[in-house]
This record gives sequence, structure tokens and C-alpha cells, in this order.
Amino acid sequence: MTAGVRSTARITASDDGRGGTCLPVLDGEGSLALRRIRSTGPDARVMLVGAMSGPLGGDHMSVEAHATAGARLRIGSVAATIALPGQAKGEARYDVRLTVDDGAELHWLPEQLISACESDLRVTTRVELAPGARLVLREEQVLGRTAEEPGRLTSRLTVHRAGRPLLDQELACGPGAPGGWDGPAVLGGHRALGQLVVVKPEFEKDRPPPALLGENAALTPLAGPAVLVTALASDALRLRGTLDDALRRLA
Amino acid sequence: MTRAALLVLADGRFPAGGHAHSGGAEAAVKAGRITGAASLEEFCRGRLHTTGLVSASLAAAAALGLDPVSLDEAADARTPSPALRTAARRLGRQLMRAARAAWPHPELDALAQRFPKGSHQPVVLGLTARAAGLGPADAAYCSAYESVSGPATATVRLLSLDPFDATAGLARLADDIDRVATAAAEAAARAVTEGVDSLPAASAPLLEVGAEAHAAWAVRLFAS
Amino acid sequence: MHLDHSHDGPAAVSADARRPDGTRRSLRIGLGGPVGSGKTATVAALCRALRDELSLAVVTNDIYTREDAEFLLREAVLPPERITAVETGACPHTAIRDDISANLEAVEDLEDEVGPLDLILVESGGDNLTATFSRGLVDAQVFVIDVAGGDDIPRKGGPGVTTADLLVINKTDLAPYVGSDLARMSADAKAQRAELPVVLQSLRSADGVREVADWVRGQLTAWTA
Repeated sequence: MTAGVRSTARITASDDGRGGTCLPVLDGEGSLALRRIRSTGPDARVMLVGAMSGPLGGDHMSVEAHATAGARLRIGSVAATIALPGQAKGEARYDVRLTVDDGAELHWLPEQLISACESDLRVTTRVELAPGARLVLREEQVLGRTAEEPGRLTSRLTVHRAGRPLLDQELACGPGAPGGWDGPAVLGGHRALGQLVVVKPEFEKDRPPPALLGENAALTPLAGPAVLVTALASDALRLRGTLDDALRRLA
Repeated sequence: MTRAALLVLADGRFPAGGHAHSGGAEAAVKAGRITGAASLEEFCRGRLHTTGLVSASLAAAAALGLDPVSLDEAADARTPSPALRTAARRLGRQLMRAARAAWPHPELDALAQRFPKGSHQPVVLGLTARAAGLGPADAAYCSAYESVSGPATATVRLLSLDPFDATAGLARLADDIDRVATAAAEAAARAVTEGVDSLPAASAPLLEVGAEAHAAWAVRLFAS
Repeated sequence: MHLDHSHDGPAAVSADARRPDGTRRSLRIGLGGPVGSGKTATVAALCRALRDELSLAVVTNDIYTREDAEFLLREAVLPPERITAVETGACPHTAIRDDISANLEAVEDLEDEVGPLDLILVESGGDNLTATFSRGLVDAQVFVIDVAGGDDIPRKGGPGVTTADLLVINKTDLAPYVGSDLARMSADAKAQRAELPVVLQSLRSADGVREVADWVRGQLTAWTA
């Protein structure tokens, strides 16, 4: 049995004292490379570049990003991440840890995660927010490449604010997932799903009201200064359209 | 302490307000996702392994004596839909009334005082089990079963479904209910050392979206 | 966090006459009866007759949630915050008799939010002749039937007709058109109910609800005595 690849990316963003954001830490190793791209605003923009295909079975990828007080950090990815079956059997892991301090803002807007046939991936995304932190986070899961059965995917998204739980949601789907995952209570045959989380202190006083965004998506104010958009769609394109509309609405 | 208390608590006629809630079945029927006994069973299976597992774990943790306020907070974080949070708190408040009448206990009084408009139903259920002298596994079973019995009886009314077909579907879910209740009780035991955050958070996107659609209807038979 | 629940207001356990803070709660009167017999119209007429002298509120239990509430709102008999609709999961009798939790919650919320109240009217969704209110929910109940539903209903009896604290035979103005014998209905009802009162009413006439309103006033006097 071959051991999988261990890849880690680390980013720290800080207020540069001149109205902009600097990146004292910008490290990528293994299959994850990081690239800073030009920004015209006060934020720092970073793209995740997958240097190899993956994650494959047995691989362990992690991203740690920290926006310290006053920093504005925007992270994207150049392409979708595709979970594939590997020679090393067993699940792959992808762990994202985001920390946002008071007065800082983080946008985590990667491209889709595609769960290819016979892959097995466990994703955990944990976000720790200070009371005055701002967050825009988008996650999209696509179950199978075109006309392909999905692999096994388990994805847990946990957001804490001021040390208390704000959002905790896990989705498990694909072969071997607990029963009913594709049925009328959970996914109902949809092959693309996404979450958009927006947290801002202003929502403490004035949260947007709940709203339906078409037939299979909803904007829901959480039990704190945050909203979650949950969307299901037949494909990645329609899903992105719904989430983009929601993002404009919440901006 | 008597095991028979579990029968009283799990009885569909226990007056705790459940009869007016469909567990998302009314929205799923309207959307055409539940059309008969087979799709009802799949609906129930999906609900059991998501909402059902989360509820059963919270109930087991409350029965075990974990801090109900932290569990209530964990339930909020696991329930993005405000319509479902409201329904869970209403049902919690209604269960609290029946629980205090059936098994008076200072911990129930304290929770009622802390959440006058209701704590999440699974938290109240777990504490009720505790007040009745039942254990975490009992609370998990009760909660897991409720997660499917509610939609099943509601769908019998909504679709004029043959009640024997619906009940046969529930019987076929027995193995799944065993697995979910066992997993929930184990998760609750782990949460004693690993914290409330470690409890399951399985989600069902269509239940969340459907609940918001349902809450916006002008005419409905069920409260959720 | 927890922006969506407040921490005010007590929660009572049962139908105790006193609220947890020691104050006396409002009188609760239930109105039941078959579909179309005029329960909602009677509630609306009672609200108009009593709203200037009493602080009152209404809980409706129509099987189709909100329809009765909307009727009452449209008729502007009470401000909207004094009208609450309860869903009954397609079983109106369950919500007023076997599992009264949702109605008790609605009653408590009204007392917390618009109280103090003298009187809360709880209107059942239209049901059959066996539907009665639990004594845990209401202090007195009115059963409303109408002449068009068949003049043999009082003779047939049933828990509603026989045991309600007040039986209202409604729509007496229609009797000649539907061939109902009012005298016979009245006599049958009295035979079924021994000493319990019966009112024949037509809401078509001015002040048609007066007798029922007087009965409510009498109940309230007894409650606060």
C-alpha cells in the first residue's frame, strides 16, 4: 500500500499599515501551490493552484489561512478540485482551517469540488471568527463528472463565532453513504449543491429575512449575525448562477 | 425507574404537539417528491440518517446530563432554517408542558425557566427521558423513531395513503433506526470527553429548503 | 448569538387558573361545531359586541390554517395581533381535545403579548358532532349547529349537542327555506340537555348575537367572582 501525498498551504494576511494587506506567510507544499495575484483594492488576493491532480485516495491536503486584525484576504482557486480514486486505497482528506480576527475580512471562494466515480474524500472546513470578523465563504460540491456516478464524499462545514457554534452542517453522499442521501429528504437526485455563508457584525442588528431563491435554494438567517444560502441544482453552472445571485443580494 | 416510561414517552398520543407537524412531508408532497409509500419510505430513511441522527444524538447527550444550554446552541448551529428552529422550539415548549406534568423534575423546571419560549425539542426530549429515569439510548431511540413516525402519519393524512403500507415502511426502517440510535448514543458518550461540537451534524438540504417554502404558504395543514 | 428567541414571559404547565406570576389568567371559551354552521361568524359578532367592554383575543383552528384568521382580519373585528391561527395537522378535534399543546401555547402567547386579557375565544376547525374541547384548554364551550344542517341533529344528540355549556342553533332565518322545524329542534335540544341552555340565533338581524354575548358576560362574571 502506497502512502498518499501530504500537501499543506499556509497563508497569513496582515494589515500593512498603509491601507492595504500584506502576506507575511504564503507557503505551499506538496500538490498545493499558492500564487498572489494583483489587486486594485485594499485586499490581498491569493489563488490556490493544484500542482498535481488530486486529491487521490490516501492523500491529505490542508489549507490554513489566517486574516489578522484589519486584514482583507480573498482566496480563490484556478480550477475545480477533483477527488479521484488512487492506488493507495482508503479515503483522502481535505482540511480547511480559516481564522478571522476582529476587523478582518476573509473571502473563501474556491472553485467546485468534484467527486469522481469511485473516489472517497472527507472534507472538513472549520472557521473560527472573532466577534468583529467578516466572512464570505462558498463551497460547491459536484457529484460525479459528466454522466458519471459520484464517489463517496463527506463534507463538514463548521463555523464558530466568539468561540460559540454558529453553523455546523455535514453532508454525506455517494456509494456507502447512509441511506436516503439521494432521496426526497436530502438531495432528491440533484448532482450539484452549494453553500454560501456570509457573516458580518451588521447582521447583529439587521439580518436579511428568509427567502426562497427559486425552487431548490433558500437564504436562511442563522441564529447569529450570519446567513446561509443552501442551493441544489442539476449541474455546476446553474448552481453557480444561484449562488452568484445570492452573493450580489448580500453584498 | 421503569423501562415502560419509554412507551409512554414514545407513544404517538403523548400530548406534546407532534400531531400538527409533518417533519417536512407536507412540503415534499406538494413538491412531488413524496407520491406514495415507496417515496415516503425513502424520505423517512433520508430524514432518519440526517435530522434524525442529529436529534437522537442531542437527545442522548441531554439524557446523559450534558449541559442543555450548550446542546441548545449546538442544535441552533445544526438548523440553518429559521422555520425549522422555530418549529423545534415550539415542539420543545409543548413537550416541556407534557414532561413536567408526567415526570416533574427540577432540571425540567430549570430548562423551562432558561428557555420560556422553548428549547430545541431533542434537548427537551433528552431531559424528559432523564427525568423519567430513562437512559441515553432510550432517548436516542425515541428521537430517532419520532423522526420517521411523524412524516409517516402525516403522509397517511396528506395522500390518503393506505396506513398499512405506511406502517410496513416504518417496520422496514427498524434496522436503520437501530443503527442511528446506537450511533447517537455512542456520539453522546464521546461528547462527554470530546465536547458538544463532536456531535453529528448530518444535514438534509431539501428539508431545509422545503421548510422555508412551507413556512411561506398561506394555506397549510401542518405547522412544519 | 441566538437572535431569534426572546427570554421574556413565563410558561405555565396546565390549565391552572393562575399564571406563573400569580395573576389570574383570562377566561377561555371554546366554540365548536360542524363545518359551515357559523362558528366564525359568531366569533366575529361576539368580538364586535364585546370588544369595547372587554380585552379579548381569538385563537382559530381551521383545518386550513389562516382562513378563519383572515376572515376575522378582513372583517376588522380585532387588531391582527389579537388573532392567532393554530395548525392542526388535518385533525381539528385532536388539537382541541387529545393534544391541546399548540392551542395552550397560542393562548399563553396572546396573554404574554397583548395581555392582560379578560377573554380568549378558541374557535375549533369545523368537525363532526363528536368533537368537544378538553377542560384543560377551555373553561366553557359553545357548540354551534345550524338549521340548514338538518333539523334532526338535536334529536340525534352526540357529545357536542348534549354536553356543551351552550348550544347555539344558528341561521334561524333560513328555517322556512330549508324546511326545518325550529320548534322541534328547540324541544329536542332541551330534551337532550336537561338544564343546559340553548340559544336560537340569526346573525342576519341587528344585535343577533346579543343572547350569546350575554351568556359570555355571565360566564365571565362567574369566572372573576
